[in-house]
Amino acid sequence: MSLVAILSLLVSSTFVYSAPLIFTALGGVYSENSGVTNIGLEGIMTMGAFSSIVFNLTFADTFGKLTPWLGALVGGIVGLIFSLLHAVATINFHADHIISGTVLNLMAPPLGVFLIKAIYDKGQTANINQSFGYFSFPVLANIPVIGPIFFKNTSAPAWTAIIVTIILWWLLYKTRFGLRLRSCGENPQAADTLGINVYGLRYAGVLISGFLGGIGGAIFAEAISGNFSISTIVGQGFMALAAVIFGKWNPIGAMLASLFFGFAQSISIIGNQLPFFNHIPAVYMQIAPYVITIVVLVLFFGKSVAPAADGQNYIKSK
Amino acid sequence: MENVTNVIEMRHIVKDFNGFKANDDINLVLHHGEVLALLGENGAGKSTLMSILSGLLAPTAGEILVRGHHVTVKNPTVAKNLGIGMVHQHFMLMNSFTVLENIILGHEITRGPKLDLKKAQTQIEELSKCYGLNVDPNKKVGEITVAQQQRVEILKVLYRGADILIFDEPTAVLTPQEITEFIQIIKELAEEGKSIILITHKLEEIKRAADRVTVIRAGKSVGTFNVADVTDNSLAELMVGRHVNMRLTKPEVELGKTILDVTNLQIKNKQGVAALKGVTFNLRGGEILGVAGIDGNGQDELVEALTGLRHVNAGKIMINGRDMTNQKVRKITESGVAHIPADRQKYGLILPFTVADNLALQNYYQQPFSRHHLLHRDVINQHAQKLVEKFDIRTTGINLPVSDLSGGNQQKIIIARELDRDSDLIIAFQPTRGLDVGAIEYIHKQLLQERAKGKAILLISYELDEIMQLSDRIIVLHDGNISGEVKPEATSDEELGLLMTGVKKEGTTLA
Repeated sequence: MSLVAILSLLVSSTFVYSAPLIFTALGGVYSENSGVTNIGLEGIMTMGAFSSIVFNLTFADTFGKLTPWLGALVGGIVGLIFSLLHAVATINFHADHIISGTVLNLMAPPLGVFLIKAIYDKGQTANINQSFGYFSFPVLANIPVIGPIFFKNTSAPAWTAIIVTIILWWLLYKTRFGLRLRSCGENPQAADTLGINVYGLRYAGVLISGFLGGIGGAIFAEAISGNFSISTIVGQGFMALAAVIFGKWNPIGAMLASLFFGFAQSISIIGNQLPFFNHIPAVYMQIAPYVITIVVLVLFFGKSVAPAADGQNYIKSK
Repeated sequence: MENVTNVIEMRHIVKDFNGFKANDDINLVLHHGEVLALLGENGAGKSTLMSILSGLLAPTAGEILVRGHHVTVKNPTVAKNLGIGMVHQHFMLMNSFTVLENIILGHEITRGPKLDLKKAQTQIEELSKCYGLNVDPNKKVGEITVAQQQRVEILKVLYRGADILIFDEPTAVLTPQEITEFIQIIKELAEEGKSIILITHKLEEIKRAADRVTVIRAGKSVGTFNVADVTDNSLAELMVGRHVNMRLTKPEVELGKTILDVTNLQIKNKQGVAALKGVTFNLRGGEILGVAGIDGNGQDELVEALTGLRHVNAGKIMINGRDMTNQKVRKITESGVAHIPADRQKYGLILPFTVADNLALQNYYQQPFSRHHLLHRDVINQHAQKLVEKFDIRTTGINLPVSDLSGGNQQKIIIARELDRDSDLIIAFQPTRGLDVGAIEYIHKQLLQERAKGKAILLISYELDEIMQLSDRIIVLHDGNISGEVKPEATSDEELGLLMTGVKKEGTTLA
């Protein structure tokens, strides 16, 4: 294989595996910047994956090529509704954020499988026909060297994720909404004295994370797994959470961290096609993404600083 | 015609918290362009009253007039629109935000969806210039000094167009120099036509800064006086409701043996920078050694090293003739050390725990408090009951979480726990921080009593008055070194101030 061929294989598969992580991690960034820790991203992704596959199987004939995109949107909406549980529990009822998030994670997979059983009467769905597949940019794909690596046969969801990242970075750091959202994660008491609606903004943070996490799960299902089963989402939500921390709670950082984790995941899948990596036993390649996640967390967790009031309930006095 | 002299009138304000009347028929009048001090002990209801005025709490009864009009301040936004701004005791700031972001938060100027930071910065720079509030708008709030943070808070309320400013215990966190600057600032604000309410329990500041003073006690109005007409002592009596001893008598005590002997102590701080650079001193029984200095000159590290909380890099700590350098905390404690930490809520108490449990924290593991790792509740409770009575801790029960108690009573719990163990060495770090006159008097008396019993007391404080009143000898810490040792009767605030800034005086004898 030529170097360009190797690089284009690496980059495109990194992009494919990163896209779900980027969307989900961006959700985590928003939730945690508003002050609500969201370890329920895993469960939210599961619900997104489940609903997008059901939508895709049902409406593939109606919407054709548009189906996976609409499926992602449906996944996002279902994720948003699912995250309402977390919002109500933590914001209104002052539940512990970790416990509430764990509830989402414990609830989503069996709920998904139960519904699959009820709808299709089997343990996992059939494979979808309309998946994201590969996308080549017109014109850009023809640029020598760069074209084949970045723009030819690449992942459209990943490019969308990168654009969304930039928009969400701008929203978080350059607008009134972003400033106020961050103030709720930094010092909700102070925000309240300034007339800022802490509960409302925390709802916004959690629901945005539900929407983006749902999209993340949907993209994983419709671009990678191709169906839904109990083992569709196995740790991607936690990887996204690690990306939030590794990326210092910043959208751009979270995106770069997601690309790194996506790279680690893709290496484990395409390693046997690459020189050098094909000599490493497959089992090591498969555990690599998880080991890297743990190592990164250990190295960075103490050092990067979370929003000061992340995970703390705010109880308004009367 | 509206009445322009009375900008605020609060009439017969009552605030009832489930049967407890925090405010009980309080009256307050603020004139245009004056500095009105609101004086009262901790828990007297000052903060409740001001929270009502700033829209954070709703009064149970009573009426509020702003510039002659009846108003209902149902939330902070209403207060803001009425031109009322509050600078809270615990700053309401976002440490990771810039000064500029902090000031505009909640009151942002936008162009389209985007924040217009440039325009905001111009406006804020004008305000800073106008009132002499210098602070770099692009610095992160977490990186500037406490005094600068306070300026940010003042700019915040001015930026919102406030002309009635409420300051809640504004000087509690400031150094003497910063206090002088602060008083200058509020006087300028008043001259510019702002009306100011100053919540405080520091009598000296009232004398320096305020025109009139309204005193409240136990939720009730005591009266309003012209500052020029009252003395410190009479104010203290009005506030506490009994005679207060402002000047303590310090009896002669015969010095005992050396209890604490520190030689060439060198310690690095959290960042690995030398915080103590070879400090040597000793302390004998029946003696109070005051450690003066500006915050951050090695005091934290000194106390942490003495109590075993921080590693000593070089030097020696001898307590009662035994080497306690880098020993475990419990071993040091059991060798006869009582520790009253500077931050009572963070290091002195476990806030959600009950009064009884907090009082047992130093001996819960010993008999008779526990046996075979099982706690003996009845013993712990009896012990607590005894200390609550002996140290006059005001609580409705020993099973109340200490977070429900006032600052003064929280401090009394620590004092009770530490002094009851009959330790030879008492390390008291800022023992009266944020407390009112009555509580300060109480704690000072306790320390003097221990001195009379022949205990050795190391008093580390940023309050010069406290150091001057209690100490037998004073050492001054500057930049990790002892910049001088003086006797309180043979020194002055000016000399101490110089030593605190590192100017060594000739003829100073180092111990």
